[in-house]
Amino acid sequence: MALEEARLRQQAIGAKLRQMFDEIVNEPVPDEFLDILRRGDARRTEKG
Amino acid sequence: MNPHPEARQADEDRDDTFRRELVSLIPHLRAFARTLAGDPTAADDLAQDAMVKAWDARESFEMGTNMKAWTFMILRNQFYSEKRRSWRQSQLDQEAAERTLVATDDPAAPVALDELRLALAMLPAEQREALILVGAGGFAYEEAAEICGCAVGTVKSRVSRARRALHGILSRGDYQRDGAAAGEAMGSILAHAERLSTVR
Repeated sequence: MALEEARLRQQAIGAKLRQMFDEIVNEPVPDEFLDILRRGDARRTEKG
Repeated sequence: MNPHPEARQADEDRDDTFRRELVSLIPHLRAFARTLAGDPTAADDLAQDAMVKAWDARESFEMGTNMKAWTFMILRNQFYSEKRRSWRQSQLDQEAAERTLVATDDPAAPVALDELRLALAMLPAEQREALILVGAGGFAYEEAAEICGCAVGTVKSRVSRARRALHGILSRGDYQRDGAAAGEAMGSILAHAERLSTVR
């Protein structure tokens, strides 16, 4: 009984942990990130 | 880069594929960075540095292998090499936890999430990252071990210790928070889990 309860609690914490992480994953990505990659591209073109 | 047009085209195609995959990983890199660095601004700086490092090192990446694990490893190495340079290191975890709490975007976010964040901040860094990678990032123990540069057994024991510690902290209400109703965190997490399971 106590074991079963501990297992349920661990599951609950696990679900919450994934929710916390997924909330950040689902945030819109700031434009800066893509701008930086585009600059990386420009550098490649100059080299090439 | 390459004098032969066909080879050059192949390089560019490979870069395009690499870039697409890297872009798709940005949200995950941001999330992992946030759990390491705490403060959202510092975390985005870290994620951007890792993204640039990954881009610059793209020729050393073997296409078709796990790019998520590869970029997470780069981000983690970046974080710890910066942290080593920081003399304020010992204060970082607690301060980061407080800033994260303040920086939560949604004021209506469930209280238990804040409590989980605070409880996570109380764990030793290596336990926290192992738990995040396996418990939230969707990595297998083997992948987490590769990311952290340690043995699989070490990751397993860190994850299980982290789970036990988190459970203990949340049940006892040990996390630091002004005026918090101590034992209630576990109750609200369980209530949330019940709502989730009834939806299913």
